[in-house]
Amino acid sequence: MNFDLRLPLGLLFSLFGAMLVVYGLLSDPAIYSVSLGYNVNLDWGFVLLAFGVTMLWLALRARRNRS
Amino acid sequence: MAHPIQLGGIDYAILLIYFLFVLGIGWALKRHMKGSSDFFLSGRSIPVWITGLAFLSANLGAQEVIGMGASGAQYGIITSHFYWIGAIPAMVFLGIFMMPFYYGSKARSVPEYLKMRFDEKTRGLNAIAFAVMTLFSSGISLYALASLMETLIGWNFTFSIWISAVIVLAYICLGGLTSAIYNEVLQFFMIVFGFAPLAWLGLRDAGGWAGLKERLVGVATDQHFAPGTWTESWQHMGSPGANPLGVEWFGLAMGLGFVLSFGYWCTDFLVIQRAMAANTMSAARRTPIIAAFPKMLFPFIVILPGMVAVALMRDHHGGFTLPPVSATDSSPNFNMVVPMMLAHYLPTGLLGLGFTALMASFMSGMAGNVTAFNTVWTYDIYQSYVAPAKSDAHYLLMGRLATIFGVILSVGVAYLAAQFNNIMNLLQLVFAFVNAPLFATFLLGMFWRRANGHGAFFGLLLGTLAAAVHHGLTLPVGAAVGIMKGGWLGSVVHTYPSAMAQNFWTALFAWTACMVVTMGVSLATAQNKSDEQLRGLVYSLTPKPPAEVEAWYRKPVTLGAIVLAATLVLNLIFA
Repeated sequence: MNFDLRLPLGLLFSLFGAMLVVYGLLSDPAIYSVSLGYNVNLDWGFVLLAFGVTMLWLALRARRNRS
Repeated sequence: MAHPIQLGGIDYAILLIYFLFVLGIGWALKRHMKGSSDFFLSGRSIPVWITGLAFLSANLGAQEVIGMGASGAQYGIITSHFYWIGAIPAMVFLGIFMMPFYYGSKARSVPEYLKMRFDEKTRGLNAIAFAVMTLFSSGISLYALASLMETLIGWNFTFSIWISAVIVLAYICLGGLTSAIYNEVLQFFMIVFGFAPLAWLGLRDAGGWAGLKERLVGVATDQHFAPGTWTESWQHMGSPGANPLGVEWFGLAMGLGFVLSFGYWCTDFLVIQRAMAANTMSAARRTPIIAAFPKMLFPFIVILPGMVAVALMRDHHGGFTLPPVSATDSSPNFNMVVPMMLAHYLPTGLLGLGFTALMASFMSGMAGNVTAFNTVWTYDIYQSYVAPAKSDAHYLLMGRLATIFGVILSVGVAYLAAQFNNIMNLLQLVFAFVNAPLFATFLLGMFWRRANGHGAFFGLLLGTLAAAVHHGLTLPVGAAVGIMKGGWLGSVVHTYPSAMAQNFWTALFAWTACMVVTMGVSLATAQNKSDEQLRGLVYSLTPKPPAEVEAWYRKPVTLGAIVLAATLVLNLIFA
């Protein structure tokens, strides 16, 4: 089946990661009192972004190798 | 009353995008659904990392996430036995020893294997019981989702039910099993990414592992247990009275580790269907073993938040509290541990991710049941008893129709559960009786060629009966005699230290009865299958596969040994 799940996985988590990073940069620091003062949106956003981009890279590499 | 979770714009955006992706995957798979085998078996073409994660995820419904958080609070790290003893060994056993017969038999479902190995009546009994059970589980998932959404964020009960039912219905009708499997993988990553920050922040707040250990001493001594009971998984298993589970090591190892765990992981079509969708025999065998690696680490994500929560509550740290069970019962509702921790630690943004993960896990729990139901209904009931010998297109259509009426019946069950909660609890009790003996049937079926159809059928029936009788004659300590708690057969022969111990021993009795009856009846009656018919279904009549020439990291036995060794190390660290 020529449907690579890494592609939607990569897209979804890159998008979520990017959203959280941007939101982390723009949001009022006061909302991070619940998370012990850590800007978890920014930090975790980067983790999601890294995961998403890795998945995308793997999917695109597999696609290139096939053609 | 204010709802514990207030979602912001970005949270709703995450929720919406997630469900658009879920539906999008179903839509993209639609053109691949050419025949019934694509729809029900994914055409046996899925790569192993996907079937492995789906295998894990199909079991990782919200009841699991929520229940394990609650148990983490009530019992502490002893809860991890449900993973390290109650899952990993069985998953490895399934992959190494049983999968060759499931996958190699070319059976399309677990009941179909029973037909090939034993006879029609054994298959019929199993198929009908399984179909009814999956529908009820799916409906109960839906009910749990809707009532949680109502308390957490104030969504209307009916709205939650229908929106979830329609999304699940849409993606399964479009993409069948493949769609369910792909979405389970998506959900797996959502759970990991949504809940890991919670575990990390909670642990940080409690002062790291050392700090948490110290705080949990008070929790244990308040309940008259030894100081380390909440953070040491083995040291307090010597006697049932020494730990909050109320079970000693023998009952734990045999009841949970052997009968219940193997009975679930090695015979439940809901999970095995994922492995059967793998693209090669080797991949099918590696599926449960690959799933065992993350499974081994899941206690850190799902149990730890519960342990943190109970420590924080005792110290009144950071104002964390749990809502009461009900208006009349003011004890804390431990099922709210995970959702309340989400609300407590996650700011808007990550909150949306965690909330979406929670909702996704309810829905994939439901989807897993629906895909197992539509396969068993179509192949084992409809094709076998109602309309045999129709075209493949006919069965594909039936699969889609079964999905629709499966979802509609689940919605009905969800409303029924809202009305009559006690009936639901009773049904789950009955299902436990039906499931308990199953593993004995498969063990004998796969490894003893003399086991026959009559033996299997009466073994299952009497095993279930034995479970019911055992339950009817025993009682957990302090419980009143009743249909739910036990002792309803008139006299109480034995009192167990806890309901958990009673469960474990009920399962052991059922398994033993099934084993003995199957062997006795098989020996007393003739074998109904020839050796030729049993080839590929029984160990001694199946030619050994040629020695695997694959790399070591693709060998099921090597991988299985690694995961077992790693689990042992975890047990030692947290002993």
